[in-house]
Amino acid sequence: MEEVLEKAREVAEQAEVFQMVSMAMPVYFHANRLKQVEDRESTVTALRIVKGGKAGFAQASGFIRPADLVQMAVETCRFDVPEGFSFPAKVDPVQVETFDPEVDGVPIEDMAGLGQSLIDAVRSHTPELLCDALVAKRVISVHLINSNGGEASYRKSYFRISIDGMLVRGEDMLFVGDSQSSCRRLTDFKSVVNEVIRQLELAKRNASIKTRTMPVVFTAYGVASCLLPSLVAAFNGKIVYDGSSPLKDRLGEQVFDARFNLWDDATISFQPRSYPCDDEGVSGQRTTLVERGVVLHFLYDLHTAALSGSRSTGNGSRQGGLPAPHPSSLVIGEGDSDFWDMVRDIKEGLVVELVMGAEQGNVLNGDFSGNVLLGYKVEDGEIVGRVKNTMVSGNVYQVLNQIEGIGKERRWVEGALLTPCLYCGGLPVATKEG
Amino acid sequence: MRDIIFEALKGHNADYIEVRVEESQATRIVYRGGRLEEMGRTSAVGGNVRALVNGGWGFASFNNLDRLREKVAVVISQARLLGRETSKLCFTGPIVDVVVPEVKKSPAEVPLVLKKQLLDEYNDIVMSTPKVRSCQINYQDSQRKLLFANSEGSYIEQTKLDINLRLAAVAASDGEVQQAGLSLGSPGDFSVVEGLQEKVRETARRAVRLLSAPYAKGGEYTVVLDPILAGVFVHEAFGHLSEADHVYENQKLQEIMVLGRRFGSKELNIVDGAAVPGLRGSYKYDDEGVPATKTYLIREGILVSRLHSRETAAKMGEQLTGNARAISYIYPPIVRMTNTYIEPGGVSFEDMISDIKEGVYAREWYGGTTSLEMFTFSAGEAYTIRNGKLAELLRPVVLSGNVFTTLMNIEAIGNDLEMEQGGGCGKGDQWPLPVSNGSPHIRVSRCLVGGKH
Repeated sequence: MEEVLEKAREVAEQAEVFQMVSMAMPVYFHANRLKQVEDRESTVTALRIVKGGKAGFAQASGFIRPADLVQMAVETCRFDVPEGFSFPAKVDPVQVETFDPEVDGVPIEDMAGLGQSLIDAVRSHTPELLCDALVAKRVISVHLINSNGGEASYRKSYFRISIDGMLVRGEDMLFVGDSQSSCRRLTDFKSVVNEVIRQLELAKRNASIKTRTMPVVFTAYGVASCLLPSLVAAFNGKIVYDGSSPLKDRLGEQVFDARFNLWDDATISFQPRSYPCDDEGVSGQRTTLVERGVVLHFLYDLHTAALSGSRSTGNGSRQGGLPAPHPSSLVIGEGDSDFWDMVRDIKEGLVVELVMGAEQGNVLNGDFSGNVLLGYKVEDGEIVGRVKNTMVSGNVYQVLNQIEGIGKERRWVEGALLTPCLYCGGLPVATKEG
Repeated sequence: MRDIIFEALKGHNADYIEVRVEESQATRIVYRGGRLEEMGRTSAVGGNVRALVNGGWGFASFNNLDRLREKVAVVISQARLLGRETSKLCFTGPIVDVVVPEVKKSPAEVPLVLKKQLLDEYNDIVMSTPKVRSCQINYQDSQRKLLFANSEGSYIEQTKLDINLRLAAVAASDGEVQQAGLSLGSPGDFSVVEGLQEKVRETARRAVRLLSAPYAKGGEYTVVLDPILAGVFVHEAFGHLSEADHVYENQKLQEIMVLGRRFGSKELNIVDGAAVPGLRGSYKYDDEGVPATKTYLIREGILVSRLHSRETAAKMGEQLTGNARAISYIYPPIVRMTNTYIEPGGVSFEDMISDIKEGVYAREWYGGTTSLEMFTFSAGEAYTIRNGKLAELLRPVVLSGNVFTTLMNIEAIGNDLEMEQGGGCGKGDQWPLPVSNGSPHIRVSRCLVGGKH
């Protein structure tokens, strides 16, 4: 790394070298049985340079001669660097726990045993359930140096368990599932089992529903599948700067219901999306995005912050290329309603758990529309069964402005979002009739 | 390298072992908000070992290719920990081959500055369209050199090229944001992304037109899909369910996906095949070293075969199809689609819409996804069909169907097959895999459309 930086400095005014070494071991179960173990080792080295006011970028997986990497970056030196852009001279990592030394040493046999017990526990409730499961561990070490003297390095561990169950009855298929992830070794899977059993219980019967507008309760999974994609796009500083976010020019305005609070937080101990500093060496932080319905901030990396005349919020994330703004953990503030009270309040409505395809519409405008893969019909205050062949549509900005209630309990979804359930006014529901 | 690999494969006690080695280069150019935002080059060197022992699979991927033989031994010992049954695998016998792609205009021979010039021009066209707020362009070309060897004695060298261009125009006014996209690809011919000025202009205008379009009213409609969207439809509606890894250990699913079952009318033929030449999903051998085929999934409305890996074909007692693919050396091969399409029929577009009283004509695509039984696919734009004629433009719609009824509801198949080559397919962690989808215009009755009331 040092050699790459040195060679880059010979030809460029500024340079930054980022390296990540990753060792991942997922153990897979297919159709209730142990199927495959994988052992993935990788080393990625990325170089960013600024030369004559233009930036260049090159990245290598595996071996590369430092001179070749520098040459590749020089060739691509054609895109503008915003005024005021510079790599941090000092890295001031925030104190956050992201490493559990125990994770690396967990034997395959223990991972296999954990996965099998998880499947057995779920199937003791519904024996005909066919399950795919995953138990995975991963350790990464990140090292970053730049020509302004900035340097950072940290280690991070991950442990994840997940289960997907499929129940086929005639031509009717039911999909249930849950996952849990942490930087710490997980040994207790009770919450995952309980969640899957909850879904199985609520979906025991099928119920039919009519095409009309009705109240909807989004569970934590429902919030993640319907509302999250548009919010992630809208608060991305880059999309704001482009003018493609409806929130552009709306800082300080009341855009959402006054009970709605949203923040990004890289400093929650042992959460998989937490980090002491981001992929550019800016310290991780908590950034309030919405407070009492008012838009307060967007998420930035160094480049976008310089373009926008703002400061990086420590959200520079590399997803295979240059860093770009990306949320760490997103958190929606809890309310004071009980889930079952919300259900009891509904004469005819829908509880939406998983929606398929919702992120594939015009996410930028806040629109979502998808097939309710897992959702339940509510009739006279009670859940009466699972709906099928049903689509729910809406617009995030309308939905989050007609909130009837916010759940008092929250849960993590995919280690990325901590959210309560949200009870919202009329949403259009379309269904196949007969 | 060949000798090192064979040396590493020799004399182990496993039912099957394979080694893959990959060297790749890629160039990426990204525009955002009307500016060139990123230009980058990446390279990768890596490999993997996969071994089967008593039905359990071990796999390791790495960047460091040293001590390959030791890596093979570790993978075998891990597979042995898992194995609890008799391995079942279809063998092909040893294949030794070197495959050099036929390339018309290799992206590697086009200087970076010319690529930038071309994309600058497209970017300027979009940005100079009134009411357009932003232009996003993602261009990527890559070259992968792959070595494959297995314990059967196969040794295959293949070079694969891929070009992908995605462009989106974003229009905004009065707090409304609408977008329209264009996506293209090719297995190595750069000229496919040249000369698109008119198409780019039309894409930008489409985004602007959508700003004033009303939302569709949700419900069931007779819909007509253009070849692009119908291609996404066939990929999601049937392609994924044809992947045998979903079925081979699922008794219940086998019962409903039994070969010989009718899924559509006599006019419906659905094909997948990497042996169909010149498309982004085309290749000579898959990542298990199995020769590519052209496979009829549905012939005259009847389910006749499905897509296989060596293991799924053996376990189901069906023919190998050469559909095991890995996105890179980091991952093991899994059953994937290649080039998937509905074969053309004989109905013209005019005849197809002429007797529709109220319906939806859905065109272009945003995406699609499936749960096997249910699937959704989203259109880039839509029109009302009223009394046999195209009427007003609508906002993009998301359509949804059920595999057991929606294919039956295909009422007409057009005469105008087109392949869409800009998409990338995702399955498990492996995304985006180069595939192509295609179809002629098709008409589907009682299709569920999401929307307002």
